[in-house]
Amino acid sequence: MALGPYLFLATLEGLVQAAVLCITAAGLSLVFGVMRVVNVAHGEFVMLGAVIAWFAASLVTGHPAIGFAVALVISPVIVGAIAFAGERLILKRLDYNPEATIVATIGLLYILQQTVLIVYGPDARPVDPPFYYTIRFPWFGYSSYKLFVIAAAIVIMGAIWFVLQKTRAGLIMRAAQFDRETAQAFGIPVDRVSAVVFAAGAGLAALAGVLVVPIQQAHYLMGADPLLLSFIVVIIGGLGSMSGTVVAAILIGLSDGILSVMFSPTLAKMVSTLLVALVLVFRPNGLFGKAER
Amino acid sequence: MHRDSKTFLPLSRRHLLKTAGGAAAVLASPAVLRPGFAQSGTIKLGAPIHRTGIGASYGRWYERTAMAAVKVANEMGGINGRQIELIVEDDGTDPKRGTEVIEKFASQYKVDAVFGHLFSNVVAAAAPRAGELKLPYFICSEASLLGAGKLNRYTFQPGITDVRAQVTSMAPWIGDTLGKKVTMIYPDYNFGHDHRDFFTAAIKAQGGEVVGKIAVPPTETSFTRYFPQIPPSTEVIYHVMVGPAVLTFVKELGDYLGSKRPEIFGFIDSLEGVDFATPQLGFLEGSYFWEAYPRYAQVNQSEFDKFFREKVGVDANGASVKDGKDISTYSHMFSIWETLFVIKQAMELANYKGEAQKKDLVVAMESISTIAESREHPQGAKLFNGKTHQVFGSQNISKVEGGKLKVVHRTSIEDGLYDTDADYTKLAL
Repeated sequence: MALGPYLFLATLEGLVQAAVLCITAAGLSLVFGVMRVVNVAHGEFVMLGAVIAWFAASLVTGHPAIGFAVALVISPVIVGAIAFAGERLILKRLDYNPEATIVATIGLLYILQQTVLIVYGPDARPVDPPFYYTIRFPWFGYSSYKLFVIAAAIVIMGAIWFVLQKTRAGLIMRAAQFDRETAQAFGIPVDRVSAVVFAAGAGLAALAGVLVVPIQQAHYLMGADPLLLSFIVVIIGGLGSMSGTVVAAILIGLSDGILSVMFSPTLAKMVSTLLVALVLVFRPNGLFGKAER
Repeated sequence: MHRDSKTFLPLSRRHLLKTAGGAAAVLASPAVLRPGFAQSGTIKLGAPIHRTGIGASYGRWYERTAMAAVKVANEMGGINGRQIELIVEDDGTDPKRGTEVIEKFASQYKVDAVFGHLFSNVVAAAAPRAGELKLPYFICSEASLLGAGKLNRYTFQPGITDVRAQVTSMAPWIGDTLGKKVTMIYPDYNFGHDHRDFFTAAIKAQGGEVVGKIAVPPTETSFTRYFPQIPPSTEVIYHVMVGPAVLTFVKELGDYLGSKRPEIFGFIDSLEGVDFATPQLGFLEGSYFWEAYPRYAQVNQSEFDKFFREKVGVDANGASVKDGKDISTYSHMFSIWETLFVIKQAMELANYKGEAQKKDLVVAMESISTIAESREHPQGAKLFNGKTHQVFGSQNISKVEGGKLKVVHRTSIEDGLYDTDADYTKLAL
């Protein structure tokens, strides 16, 4: 294959990865920004989203697109509800202590993973994409569903931006992120905001899970990769910075895609880990992060 | 994939706790109760099974097959008049856990032998420990570790041919029928390396060459990025993938290649447990697969195959009789069945009564040579090499026709025999 199409395929693969990563990392970043909680169970919310999509697809008969649409709606809601409950029962009682919440979310990770193993089983199960059409380029074929994932990510990221910047709920979240105590003094129910944000972050992860499952299959161990990559993205982008997250996701997605196609996937992983190290050394707050006040 | 009306995702906390608590109790009980209640006067066999982890789809069927085999053997009167007691432990398809399970079988359950370990990375870790514990250890893994002289006197593979013999026996057919320029796609660990090394040598002997070698990490979930490495001169793509992402691999290969594809020769491992009727797998029509044991009942089906399918609960399409969507790992799981009956045969040769006779069992195993096709050995006749502890059988090459696999070539046992210096009988007992 000539260099041109080679690079084209690499870019497509990178963009798909960046798209999924954007949504997942946005959830992680939102939770950290507002609550200062490092949610280690975030990857499991992606997995739960995918598993619920499988349940939806197998319970809803008819065209696969119907099951997929149902999953897009119910999956974030259910996962959000689980996260909401987790926040009320665990994180709130720990007073959002940074160290304690890390340990608590590790516990949550195992509880979610093992519950899915018991209920859903150890198999990887496929979910049909809502439509199946292969785009034939002269050099290779490419699944049109993957392009749909990129488009969906752009829409979702636009929606997140709109909510955060243009609505009252977004204003409250930003206020709580900017200064928790002052926000409370101005009558913002910071405590309730935390719960809603945690649920929303998990809902975003679940949405990413639903989008990715027709490409990947639902499996109880699938949460590890998204968690690691989301952390990488959030650290590079700057914890709590939404625009940083988007830029970092595209950067990591594209570099991962291009390096793994042109060289090897192992090298790609090494480069992104190296990037994290460099960022931590030279810009400890990330590319777009602000210094801790 | 199965739809079970009982498996709803728990929504309420209470339901979730109940499910988790109940399951924890169930999971904990065998470990707590069994050693105390083990019956005396039975033959105790331990089966380390990949119930969870990346080998889970194999593990589920290995467990069913082992239980069916033990049931049949007990109905035949057990071994030397003793009933067989099967003890199953999950090893999570994890080398470390696999080794711990071997220790548990030896010290806690005090089993007479262990059988059924599959994934080669787990076997490579667990076999040395079994040897140190002097615990007869029967693997069903295809790995060529035994023939390479890397294992020990207590480790045997009497149920399935190893990768080296498999590829050696099929390389002539691939070179003559499909093409001589081959690109290999394989998992990047022991099992995949066996394929790479032995097939490269075998196709060279046919005047062919391997033009591309694409190693994929076993936990990989996305594959399109690897396919540009397939050289344009490729005449045959040879794929052998395992793990939860196999279906993704084959789908993405189909997307990528389209209709102008080279010949494809795959090991059924890439699609074990996967339904061929999946619409996106249509591009496999006309491609070829290795099968140790044909998943779809062939026109000349033997009475032994009928018996085996009935006892394990598999229909003529290789799916569970209870759920047509639950596809078996048919081409591998026969090995745990056949292994049980080899253990039975060896124990009867040694007039085995209890664990003091483990050494006699090893010596009896080494005396076995020919194995006839029978209900106990439905995959076919085999030759067991007592020196290398490895068995040799026939291989099948099947073509995908109308979404089913039809056997087009069956190798002879002799096609796969190879020379090696390994001789475990010289090691101390």
